[in-house]
Amino acid sequence: MLLEESEIRMLIYSIYEKYGYDFSNYSKASIRRRLIRILDLLEFNNLKELQSWLLKSNENFERFLNEVTVNVTEMFRDPTFFKSLKERVFPYLKTFPYTKIWHAGCSTGEEMYSLAILLEEAKLLSKAQVYGTDINTNVIREAREGIYPLKEMADYSRNYVRAGGKESLSNYYLAKFDSAIFSSHIKQNLLFSYHNLVTDSSFNEFNLIVCRNVLIYFDRELQAKVFQLFLDSLPPLGYLALGSKESVLFDKQRDQFEVIDEKERIYRKNGL
Amino acid sequence: MKRDIELIVIGGSSGSLDVVIEMLKDLEKDFELPIILVLHRLKNTRAYLADLFNRYCVLEVKEIEEKEEIKKGTVYIVPANYHLLIESDHTFSLTVSEKVNFSRPSIDVTFESAAIIFQEKLAGVILTGANRDGAAGINAVKRMGGLCIVQDPKTATMKTMPESAIQILGTPDYVFSPSEMTIFFKTLKKSNYAKEI
Ligand SMILES: C[S@@+](CC[C@H](N)C(=O)[O-])C[C@H]1O[C@@H](n2cnc3c(N)ncnc32)[C@H](O)[C@@H]1O
Repeated sequence: MLLEESEIRMLIYSIYEKYGYDFSNYSKASIRRRLIRILDLLEFNNLKELQSWLLKSNENFERFLNEVTVNVTEMFRDPTFFKSLKERVFPYLKTFPYTKIWHAGCSTGEEMYSLAILLEEAKLLSKAQVYGTDINTNVIREAREGIYPLKEMADYSRNYVRAGGKESLSNYYLAKFDSAIFSSHIKQNLLFSYHNLVTDSSFNEFNLIVCRNVLIYFDRELQAKVFQLFLDSLPPLGYLALGSKESVLFDKQRDQFEVIDEKERIYRKNGL
Repeated sequence: MKRDIELIVIGGSSGSLDVVIEMLKDLEKDFELPIILVLHRLKNTRAYLADLFNRYCVLEVKEIEEKEEIKKGTVYIVPANYHLLIESDHTFSLTVSEKVNFSRPSIDVTFESAAIIFQEKLAGVILTGANRDGAAGINAVKRMGGLCIVQDPKTATMKTMPESAIQILGTPDYVFSPSEMTIFFKTLKKSNYAKEI
């Protein structure tokens, strides 16, 4: 199906007017693919039908929001990234009696549980507060539960080892039927809540912000806005970790960061 | 009506590495058309593919960074574990959305996206491979008026992919061996390729 960019813009505008969610600076190519998928899923023939359904009720919009976002994630995605975090950022975290970490766009939480396990092994978890936020309320609920398909664990275990994990991944979850239920010990300092990077402001100060594979969906203008939000949420010398294809180096805030690991996209806010 | 090609997208799976090297090594510095390679790869293997190709090619081969603008005379590789989409301002977007045909990157995803933007100015090429990814994509290229080229299955290590492409297209514009493709690309470069449509 062919969706004209002008039709997509119209839909985005009507959503903004009614619900205040602004997708106008999201990747059009990605939104187009998601819309085609949604039309198919909800059995609408065109965007007009989708639009009138969407504007009918909050529940409908919620449903739409949860489908339009891309929530695919995994544990220890890019093991070398986690290894670098351990080597380059953990020593800094250790200098504090208490640290705060923010996963912006945490989706169903796999990335947070991965980091939490490594923090635990470095004896940092008990003195950390790890916040996970997303705009998709469904994934936040799942993240809070920390229950993942057991069949994924073989892959995750391999990547956990490559990330420098010291134990066996299975020490951290209970296998029950076809689920891996992560232990409450790992969950102890994880907090999940709704936060919209486009419209909400800074809600705390963090020693480390992890925001991976979220900015790829935003255009440069919106990326710059989000980098400012991160700068506002980092103390001097606080760390920012991005996805393996994202970078602060193309934005106007680049001078405010130092590159810590170029390949793994780990940056540090300048000192005073 | 005459038209020129502005972008070549090439999709390949098992067996395609050698084919791509053979195709690219004879393209000289003056070759202006950007080329995008969507090759299935093992996940979590990083950028080395670009290094490998650069050893054989005169043209610059690079792994795509998100938001990068498509430039002349550059060969782009889609990074492992991402799908590549193309924006109307001719920049790249990456997405980690669900695998398509068990693949990320998926050839279908990029071909469909490029076809919408480049329409009749797009040339799509399907190479050797053991699955059916790329068939729907090359069909989208056709629907939007683009040029469809398929590797001759007789020259392919794995025939499923080129055969599925031929099957869905009915008659591709061209069925070529790898060396014929290079020769054909060079005629495109001079912008003297014109097809009656
Ligand atoms: C692909 S997931 C990334 C998950 C994880 N960080 C990773 O790299 O595996 C992208 C997430 O960003 C969220 N997202 C999209 N727009 C957002 C916004 N404006 N504010 C907060 N989260 C957003 C989506 O709901 C989705 O869960």
